[in-house]
Amino acid sequence: MATNPFWKRSGGVKVPHRKLSQGKAIEQAPLPEEVIVPMGQHLGAPAVPLVKKKDEVKAGQLIAEPGGFISANIHSPVSGTVKNIITMLNVVTSKPMEAIVIESDGQDRQETMPPLKDWKKRSNEDILARIKDAGIVGLGGATFPTHVKLSPPPGKTIDTIILNGAECEPYITSDHRTMLEHGSSIVEGIEILMKLLDCKNVHVAIEKNKPDAIARMKELVSKAGLNTVQITIMPTVYPMGAEKTLVKNLLDREVPMGGLPLDVGVVVQNVSTVKAVHDAVVAGRPLIDRVVTVTGSVGEPKNLMVRFGTPASALVEHCGGVLGDADEVIFGGPMMGISQFSLDAPITKGTNCVLIKKAEVCEERDCFRCSSCIDACPMGLMPTMYVQYAKKKRYEECAELYHIDNCVECGSCTFSCPAKIPLVQYIKVAKAELRKLRAKK
Amino acid sequence: MTEDDTDEVEEQKQWVVSPGPHIKGPKSIDKVMMLVIIALLPATAAGVYYFGPYVLFVIGVSIVTALLTEMIIKRLRKRPFHMDGSAILTGLLLALVLPPRIPLWAVVIGSAFAISIAKEAFGGLGHNIFNPALAGRAFLAVSFTGLMTRWIMPVDSMGADAVTGATPLGEGFTREITNELYRDLLLGNVGGSIGETSALLLMVGGVLLISLKIINWRIPLVYIGTVFAFTLVLGEDPLFHILAGGLMIGAFFMATDYVTAPLTDTGKIVFALGCGILTVSIRLFGGMPEGVAFSILIMNGLTPLIDGHFIPKPLGYQKPEPEDEDESKEGGK
Repeated sequence: MATNPFWKRSGGVKVPHRKLSQGKAIEQAPLPEEVIVPMGQHLGAPAVPLVKKKDEVKAGQLIAEPGGFISANIHSPVSGTVKNIITMLNVVTSKPMEAIVIESDGQDRQETMPPLKDWKKRSNEDILARIKDAGIVGLGGATFPTHVKLSPPPGKTIDTIILNGAECEPYITSDHRTMLEHGSSIVEGIEILMKLLDCKNVHVAIEKNKPDAIARMKELVSKAGLNTVQITIMPTVYPMGAEKTLVKNLLDREVPMGGLPLDVGVVVQNVSTVKAVHDAVVAGRPLIDRVVTVTGSVGEPKNLMVRFGTPASALVEHCGGVLGDADEVIFGGPMMGISQFSLDAPITKGTNCVLIKKAEVCEERDCFRCSSCIDACPMGLMPTMYVQYAKKKRYEECAELYHIDNCVECGSCTFSCPAKIPLVQYIKVAKAELRKLRAKK
Repeated sequence: MTEDDTDEVEEQKQWVVSPGPHIKGPKSIDKVMMLVIIALLPATAAGVYYFGPYVLFVIGVSIVTALLTEMIIKRLRKRPFHMDGSAILTGLLLALVLPPRIPLWAVVIGSAFAISIAKEAFGGLGHNIFNPALAGRAFLAVSFTGLMTRWIMPVDSMGADAVTGATPLGEGFTREITNELYRDLLLGNVGGSIGETSALLLMVGGVLLISLKIINWRIPLVYIGTVFAFTLVLGEDPLFHILAGGLMIGAFFMATDYVTAPLTDTGKIVFALGCGILTVSIRLFGGMPEGVAFSILIMNGLTPLIDGHFIPKPLGYQKPEPEDEDESKEGGK
């Protein structure tokens, strides 16, 4: 753990943990009757459908192929019939995109790829092709296609792999439970990554508030005899799990502005992603489901193994329904999660949590320059300045003077603001306006 | 709309769609103001103890005037009035830096000036350039110099008549620097403004605010440290200079005012350094015995400049390539 001199701040905020479901073992969610499979479940170009209306599909069958270099395969989560191909709004970006609606036949006939049990003898190309075929993307929420991340461009050497098990967002326990229950898959996944990146130095970064996961991973790693893999305990500070923050705190390396961790010799992978890599390589399983924490104001918060495309309403019902006057449904955690228009929004590859809660409505006051946002910013920015300049529509200054492009929109500033100013919202507006201005140039 | 239509609308639950983050921290403007007021209570109590019950009227009139002025001006400006405690705090702070026997009509003028001109005329909380309480005190000091320099000695019993006398930094102050004087300065048993005499109780309040992360420790530490170091270099008694006068209330409660101090840590250090140097300069080379109020006001005026100059380097900052691109562009022309 890199130590900061006490006069230098590293930012971040103490958020309430509220890990209601941390003691609940992962449970299989009921098979959905109908799934809506969006083509935009990953960062980059949306996938292109390969099936048409009335086609019969099996669970795990490829139904859409990458629409560009940064894109990913999509497989049918259930067996059944393609009912329709519709246009819907992306659950993260709210932009229109295609989605395949599949009616389940309830049989759950599976189609898998041949397992590569002998992956140690296989070439890296074979393994990467498998990861690509399986449609694996970053399951921490950013959904960057994993095969791209695991193929660093020539000239970049990777000296450290970080497994991100920080799970710094309140409420979410999906990575926590995955580490506890699928730890051995993660450990074999680590070995696959070590081979692919030709890198022995591995850190499994877990926040201090998950002592059972820390102990479990330590035990499994030592059992596997991987003495270059360290389990590193991270302080419980939000946003510890943000890639750049994690690299800074763990290795004291600063990812250059606009750059990626691989610019400083690091690849960061979420623990659940590594488990998915293991399943694809060793068991030949394409990515058709994931662990979703269903929590907040529901009857019984749970961790569920959910097929993609399942409407959130089915999960909430399985967990005892919405309690009381809760009126907001959030995909993801309370800090960076996205409010949904409808409880029927489908679970996608990036959805680690369905949070039901009462919306906190606060009156926005004028900034009284308390510096809380500056102290909280993990990226060393001055968030309050974006509000001042955005209000005056002087967006260019936000970028030129105050480096707005460096903002990761983690929400620490808004969380800490005593004047209850929605700083992230101003920042998003300023960034959008800047994109327009830059497109004009 | 027919009845059937409304039924259908009601069936579909309306979900709130709001931007993240969906949870908010516990800090609020009202709480911050309340905690600062609480932190000032020990020093306020000392003021009442040393200078008699009359100061309660000064404090009360100052606070009530501040509140009423803010309400009236918000109304005139057609802006909502928030009972956020900021006007109460300004009223209290102003009273604490006034002489104990100031007439109440002067308190009304000072408090009304602080809120109306120094705060609301600039746009209200968050927009003022100068610390309102200090601006009110400065206004009274230049308008009614006689009233503002009439000091009394602490009264032994509540009913005793007040005896005029010099403050520790005043010209007529004749006590030797002894351990007994240090003790009196710490406890507040000397002449001075209502709330500035007990260095110890002000420090207690200040440390409370630092430990609750309400104020940034850099400002008081650097401010007091600068005064200590500068007076030491000049051959004065540094301990006397940090304990006497308005330094403690200024460093912990005035210079740390969010609105009028710089935003960043570096900016705050520069600001506090400036306050310290100016305070010592005014005390030793200026025409006035005390310089805390004017030092802070001068540095308040420099705050926008400091803010513009000390923008922190973000994580992963790299210096832009020096002029290379421009040259190649020019070459292309």
